[in-house]
Amino acid sequence: MSHDRDLAQILDVLSPMHVMLDAAGRICHAGPTLRKLRPDTVLEDCDFLDVFETMRPRLIDSMQALVAHHGVKLHLQFRDAPQTALKGVLVPWDGGAVINLSFGISVLDSVRDYALTSSDFAATDLTIEMLYLIEAKSAAMEASRQLNLRLQGAMIAAEEQAFTDTLTGLKNRRAMDHVLARHISMGEAFALMHLDLDFFKAVNDTMGHAAGDHVLQQVARIMVDVTRKDDTVARVGGDEFVLILTGLTDRTMLSAIAARLIARLEKPIPFDGQTCRISASIGSVLSVDYQVPNAEQFLIDADEALYASKRRGRAQHSFHRDAD
Amino acid sequence: MHGLINRAIQCFVRDTYGAELWLDVTRQARLDGQGFEAMLYYDDALTERVLNRVGALLAKEREALLEDIGIYLVSHPNVEALRRLLRFGGVSFVEFLHSLDDLPDRARLAVSDLELPRLELHECPSNCFRLFCQSPYVGYGHVMLGVLRTMADDYGALVFLDIHSRAPGDDVIEITVIEMAFAEGRSFDLGAGVG
Repeated sequence: MSHDRDLAQILDVLSPMHVMLDAAGRICHAGPTLRKLRPDTVLEDCDFLDVFETMRPRLIDSMQALVAHHGVKLHLQFRDAPQTALKGVLVPWDGGAVINLSFGISVLDSVRDYALTSSDFAATDLTIEMLYLIEAKSAAMEASRQLNLRLQGAMIAAEEQAFTDTLTGLKNRRAMDHVLARHISMGEAFALMHLDLDFFKAVNDTMGHAAGDHVLQQVARIMVDVTRKDDTVARVGGDEFVLILTGLTDRTMLSAIAARLIARLEKPIPFDGQTCRISASIGSVLSVDYQVPNAEQFLIDADEALYASKRRGRAQHSFHRDAD
Repeated sequence: MHGLINRAIQCFVRDTYGAELWLDVTRQARLDGQGFEAMLYYDDALTERVLNRVGALLAKEREALLEDIGIYLVSHPNVEALRRLLRFGGVSFVEFLHSLDDLPDRARLAVSDLELPRLELHECPSNCFRLFCQSPYVGYGHVMLGVLRTMADDYGALVFLDIHSRAPGDDVIEITVIEMAFAEGRSFDLGAGVG
């Protein structure tokens, strides 16, 4: 019997979460940390299987069945709340058994739930180091996450800037190329308008660049007004614009939009006590007119249609292919 | 110098003397943007410029400034994580002292490219210790002095500390532990950190 006491004292230091069972499966000694997990229960006197339930292997309902699983990893949990999950291993001893328990992956919750301290773990136990690592890594990860968030914000701003025409706030040539390529690769129908301002050079030359910039900003606003939210309006040159109108396949409707655009652009624009007068010529293509859609071809054809409008005396709208 | 070290200086200035002073430092030290990122690496000369500017603006000797940074690192609520990580070193101040030998390795476990000074604790008779602190960077010893001073309070221990330099970047801190449990100390709850 004193032999047992010696062993219990040794195990209290080496494995503070062990239990010693007698031949009937009754707990005759529990390590100090295990006792701390159930401060209101006198573990000594209880049946081990009344306190703990084995999750794997399942259906262990007797001391005999328990001992049969000596040496293998046991997954257990407390029957009463908090039902902390524990790992264990059993070694037969003196007709009964010694079972050593540990928290396994539930350690973080357990340390919190039971307010454990360093002294609750064996001096050689790596739990404290693991808790240290979890905290250190979480802090490092948080610092990295913050950095990533800031970099992402900077990236979005840089991209936004790279795709925006700074004078008008419209998309730029590069953005327009992206949108066009995306429409083609998605197989979406669209209309593409190439618009060139008429008489803009005269405004610039006679009234100065400030007037010209003001006109371009007003023009941009009008084009955004006349188009829908999903359409793309891009400034692709000094006074050249490309409009991509998503889902539009109807010539009549496109002609109506072009007419409205020209009418709005022809309204005199006041600047600094003077009046700027411009107009616009437009050339359009419809994606549905092409067997094999090709971005470059669309732009060339729209440009050709635009020059047809110019030749027809400006303030005109032309399609590259007339309706059959 | 690692961003974490630079960031520590930045947080010290900002939390102790305000954002305005930190902006002055960044302007005078020609540091881009708002300041340092913890997870990036910076040229050593930049760290040097920043420390010089902080010293000049606060009219503080380099050594006193570094010691203040050490004190800040383990006492200010904004950097509580660091104090907690150090407290994992042991349950008493002496145990904590013994854990310092492992500190550079512990730091590397968390952030693999973070180089801390080499620390070596020698135990002398009658509760005296000698902490050798070696680093290619001059001044780490004084940061450690501030850290030790504050951690002693944290553990509730009464200690005397003295520092002398054997060569640039090679400091010895003499530690005399008068009483281990002099005051209550601050609590350390193992599970309070994550989540």
